[in-house]
Amino acid sequence: MTTAPESPRLALKAPPLSRLHEWVVTVDHKKLGLMYITSGLLFFIIGGLEATMMRWQLAWSDMGVVMPDEFNRLFTMHGTTMVFLVGMPILLGSANYLVPLMIGTRDLAFPRLNAFGFWLFLFGGLLLYFSYFGGQGLYGMGSAPDVGWFAYAPLTERTFSRGHSTDYWILGLLVSGFGSIATGINLVATILCMRCKGMSLMKMPIFVWIMLIDAILVVIAMPPLAASQVMLLFDRSLGAHFFDVQGGGSAVLWQNLFWFFGHPEVYILILPAFAFVSEIIPVFCRKVLFGYPLMVAATVAIGFISLGVWVHHMFAVGLSPAVNTAFMASTMLIAVPTGIKMFNWVATMYGGKIRLHTPMLFSLGFLVQFLFGGLTGIMLAVVPFDWQVSDSYFVVGHFHYVLFGGLVFTIFAAIYYWFPKVSGKMLSERIGKWHFWTLFIGFNLTFAPMHVSGMLGMPRRIYTYHADRGWEIWNLISSIGVLFQIIGVLFFAWNLLRSLKKGKPAGDDPWDAWTLEWSTPSPPPAWNFDVDPEVRSRRPLWDKKHPEDPDWKYE
Amino acid sequence: MSTIDTNAALPELAPVHNLPKGKLGVSLLILSEIFFFGTLIAVYLFYIGKDLSGPYPQDVLDPPFAAPTWAPMAVSFNSIFLLTSSIWIWLAVKALEQGAMARFTLFWALTIAFGGVFLAGTGFEWYGLIAEDGLWLNTNLFGSCFFTLVGFHAAHVTIGLLLMTIVLVLTLCGYNHQRHAGKVDLLSWYWHFVDGVWIFVFTVVYIIGYYG
Repeated sequence: MTTAPESPRLALKAPPLSRLHEWVVTVDHKKLGLMYITSGLLFFIIGGLEATMMRWQLAWSDMGVVMPDEFNRLFTMHGTTMVFLVGMPILLGSANYLVPLMIGTRDLAFPRLNAFGFWLFLFGGLLLYFSYFGGQGLYGMGSAPDVGWFAYAPLTERTFSRGHSTDYWILGLLVSGFGSIATGINLVATILCMRCKGMSLMKMPIFVWIMLIDAILVVIAMPPLAASQVMLLFDRSLGAHFFDVQGGGSAVLWQNLFWFFGHPEVYILILPAFAFVSEIIPVFCRKVLFGYPLMVAATVAIGFISLGVWVHHMFAVGLSPAVNTAFMASTMLIAVPTGIKMFNWVATMYGGKIRLHTPMLFSLGFLVQFLFGGLTGIMLAVVPFDWQVSDSYFVVGHFHYVLFGGLVFTIFAAIYYWFPKVSGKMLSERIGKWHFWTLFIGFNLTFAPMHVSGMLGMPRRIYTYHADRGWEIWNLISSIGVLFQIIGVLFFAWNLLRSLKKGKPAGDDPWDAWTLEWSTPSPPPAWNFDVDPEVRSRRPLWDKKHPEDPDWKYE
Repeated sequence: MSTIDTNAALPELAPVHNLPKGKLGVSLLILSEIFFFGTLIAVYLFYIGKDLSGPYPQDVLDPPFAAPTWAPMAVSFNSIFLLTSSIWIWLAVKALEQGAMARFTLFWALTIAFGGVFLAGTGFEWYGLIAEDGLWLNTNLFGSCFFTLVGFHAAHVTIGLLLMTIVLVLTLCGYNHQRHAGKVDLLSWYWHFVDGVWIFVFTVVYIIGYYG
């Protein structure tokens, strides 16, 4: 075989404007996936800066870094950004990029709908942030939203939230939410309609299984939020009375509606973390994933149970003991499938030849921190304990251990793992280890002391505190941790930019992995596969590399 | 031990039961719509009888089982038009599958006409409620819930009518053929959903909300 000499015209790069145009009009799942993830990372920086401002303000008692009004905007925008503009796009983006490659097909089921979903998400996010400029409207008051990320009624009513700030919160999330529903539908249709030859449901990579359940949750949980937001919009713009307590409306109804969306939402966010580590841990331990069928069953169970636990966000409201007990039980129940997953990951590592590369380090960080966050979650499920620490920094510590220590750490693991496939270049292991350790130390320094300050009675969302409470030292440690986290993220940015320019060439399969995406060139061509792949087991590349001992003999 | 002949040893590929993506996509859209309307219906049920001031449903709505209100343009009368349109669209899709274009056009136009009558009826009902009874979104909880739920349903009817009109125009211009039956069928699924939801909305608003 001879290779044709490369045509000089092909080697020329298109002018920048044409390249930009290519990205704007693309319907390719890989380009859209990258745009999702890139915009998610940019919003991550913005949300992180907002958190930094808050930690600076809270570092010591009676600080005056930001005014109280501004502080309210900061925590609202931080929460809203991290959930809707960081977690959602990165999960949808990684599913976008990886699912078609893993199931051996060319694109999502509806490529144009996919592009539509992405642009809805992006402009929804920009609309939310435009509130900083447009929130005043004609009222002369109001700026960015300042009602908390769950926007409790009746604080959001026009009487209490003047100007347009809450309207921007509603409309921005409504627009990006429609985008998420569209992409959720698209992903389910892709997974159930476009698998390659031989890939029956139980031969799908576990990543695809978890993303399937995740996408179904998106399709089910986002519409109730949209309906609630429309009702709130009618309250504010047309004078309806849904959540207007003076007009007979119910504030608790908003809480029920919001958390009926909100609790599945936190599982929508954490399931991709499970998906990432379930792919990464086996590859870096050189063993198959322990208990694949149980993993699938646990994922389905989590999907179901997550729809029936929302009242545990409302224990302090004063509902009846029967209701509280029922939801306490269901919340405890969801720890069972989650625990099964933890044990399966540990069992996968047990006896394996563990390679401590950066993706594995971040996965181990996830295991430790997610376990810690899960255990405080079980504590919070106990109603009397919840009454004691509800709305305190204990809760803030808990959900950051789950969503930051859990989700964000696995996002970094996933980036280190799949970056070579996406770009054709390896990320630097040396900088990667600096990144991991600074972030690991910074994260724990920031969020572990919050459990203590919470136990000492420090409420969430306060903009400052007096010196006589004994909270200073814990807050100071928390704020010092932020410095380490910033350094960690800077290491990451440096690694990313440096490796894009002069990273080691990755080759097709740098980790000696087993799923179909590693059989394509890095980066994969627009058409993904030259020949339609055929799959006989859950690890098609293992079968190819080890014909003397293929997996299909044992499955 | 025997030597391994890898090619001969390869097992059969497992059968893959891929679903048709158009049908699955529309089913998922309907699933998300069910949760959307489900939320609005739950809120409606929650607020029944909680109004602080009138007008109450009993003052202004046409109850379905009271004899004197069986007049044209009453809600029960309209509902029959909407539900019947589901039969027409089913017959239309059948006709298109068989390539009977004239029959398809007739039944398709009937579907649009019957849907249009329902929408006009809703318009008349709303005119009476707003102009004569003084009920609007900001009047009381009943007004808020009623106009939101019924309004979202009417919006879905309107979208369906627009899409069906596009298909009708395409058919009259000769762009719609037997081979498009699968796609036209998907639109009929949406229309059946809009009709099906109305049964629940009707039950909640005009029966439970009125008599309950």
